[in-house]
Amino acid sequence: MKIAGKAIVFGDDINTDVIIPSKYLTTLDPKELAKHAMEGMDPSFADKAKEGIILVAGKNFGCGSSREQAPIALKYAGVRCVLAEFFARIFYRNAVNIGLPVLEAPGVSKAVNDGDFLTVNLEKGEILNETKGEVMKAVRLPEFILEILKDGGLINHLKKKIGGK
Amino acid sequence: MNLAEKILARASGRDEVKPGEIVQSRVDAAMANEITGPLAIKAFREIGVPKVWDNERIVLIQDHQVPADTVKSAELHKIMRRFAEEQSIKFFYDIGRGGVCHQVMVEEGHVLPGDLIVGADSHTCTYGALGAFGTGIGSTEMAAVFATGEIWLRVPSSIKVNFCGSLREHVAAKDLILYVISLIGASGATYKAMEFTGSTISKLSIGERMTLCNMAVEMGAKAGLVNPDEKTLRYVEKLARRRFEPLKSDQDADYEKTLKIDVSRIEPMIACPHAVDNVKPVKSVEDVKIDQAFIGSCTNGRIEDLRAAAEILRRGRISKGVRMIITPASRRIYLQALREGLIETFIEAGALVTNPTCGACFGGHMGLLAPGEVCISSSNRNFIGRMGSPEAEIYLASPITVAASALAGRIVDPIEYLED
Repeated sequence: MKIAGKAIVFGDDINTDVIIPSKYLTTLDPKELAKHAMEGMDPSFADKAKEGIILVAGKNFGCGSSREQAPIALKYAGVRCVLAEFFARIFYRNAVNIGLPVLEAPGVSKAVNDGDFLTVNLEKGEILNETKGEVMKAVRLPEFILEILKDGGLINHLKKKIGGK
Repeated sequence: MNLAEKILARASGRDEVKPGEIVQSRVDAAMANEITGPLAIKAFREIGVPKVWDNERIVLIQDHQVPADTVKSAELHKIMRRFAEEQSIKFFYDIGRGGVCHQVMVEEGHVLPGDLIVGADSHTCTYGALGAFGTGIGSTEMAAVFATGEIWLRVPSSIKVNFCGSLREHVAAKDLILYVISLIGASGATYKAMEFTGSTISKLSIGERMTLCNMAVEMGAKAGLVNPDEKTLRYVEKLARRRFEPLKSDQDADYEKTLKIDVSRIEPMIACPHAVDNVKPVKSVEDVKIDQAFIGSCTNGRIEDLRAAAEILRRGRISKGVRMIITPASRRIYLQALREGLIETFIEAGALVTNPTCGACFGGHMGLLAPGEVCISSSNRNFIGRMGSPEAEIYLASPITVAASALAGRIVDPIEYLED
């Protein structure tokens, strides 16, 4: 799986309350959630992300609550992939389960600038920064996580498994 | 093996597990509330399995937006109610029947020593207070658990925190855990388990142990655990709804790191805006005027917390210009507080007592802050916008410090304030 897009860069410890504030959690509509993605950090984020972007962050991205609405809001706002130094564990699992690719890439938050154009190769765990002409190594995903992502998330993955039996 | 490893080994049917291994585990119970449950129910329907794996091990609790504040919240409640009925979910705690989910899980006997429990809420780590491995998951994953009763987990390495000594007067379990957070940091225990042990722990009540384990997730931990002892077994004896097998860490178990803390040196602590690990001694925070004081949540809304607050609030009236909200964490706690006369004390002091709910802590539907306002809270998160306006400020402290500050109208060290 290859994913490309412009980078939007954030810092460390971005929590789920700023990714999607709790006042919006009463809606189940992903498009409605998407309008408020990252509102706590940058109210214009949804507008900037709509063409399709790669979100780059520092350490502990997605810390805080277990709300799956956080990766859903990002995905539907136009985030194609999240690259971070490392993730909070519940966010990481939630992102995989809803089919939003997440990749741990030590050093990424310093090496990438806002607006750099990136191409991510998920199988290889490789990030090409086309703006700077640099290649970065990310932590490769285990095979079963790659499979869930390729199926578009856990539900499709399970359906395929159950259907295949 | 340590306690976390022993529980995961049992849950995955193995003799032994090691940190880093991925194990397919069978859960003893699964919990969802009305914020995470409806998404899980939607995903469960997409999987296409007609019936849940076990209607006596899935617990559904309405707590975040109760009673319904908007039509949208009412719709979420309705989705939960219908699913509970359709799937014959035996333990469904509707509005007025339960309270804050983690408190309900423990006091209604759904959490037992040795259990592996997943909850669609990050503070599921609270269950470690009873020697269970409780961990938070998301909605889609919960749907898969509803269908199969199983989940894959990576065996975490463990950090051991050894507490010795006795707590000073007016210093609480909350101050201990804030102190630990100041040492470990907001991500220092990511993917790891934290085991709280030592002579101080055996003296703490189950409620106080819950406060410690509850905030393990604020350091990124997957679980917070306390080895079960006599106190634990006495506590669960009458509550247990099924058989259980208590497990304990071996004497020679491995830990990634061990911290030793003499608690007699710990003073009242406070987490300042806007990070849970921005922790300082309360006495170093001077001249911060407060607009709101809040006592409640799965961290500190228990009977011990209400008793401690009442003892202080009996001394006077809440300062002019401060509004105080007190939220008992469950209907059982509410009833107990009524019987002990605590609710009367709160109301006489000028506080507002609300129904059990995640309400103000979660910033969902009540007790919200306006721009520029300051709140001192006994809850667990002080993130930007957590309790209302992104321009408000939240300080986290013990119920004792919150109550003393409510009387003073500004943030005060309870030791200094109460001795004056």
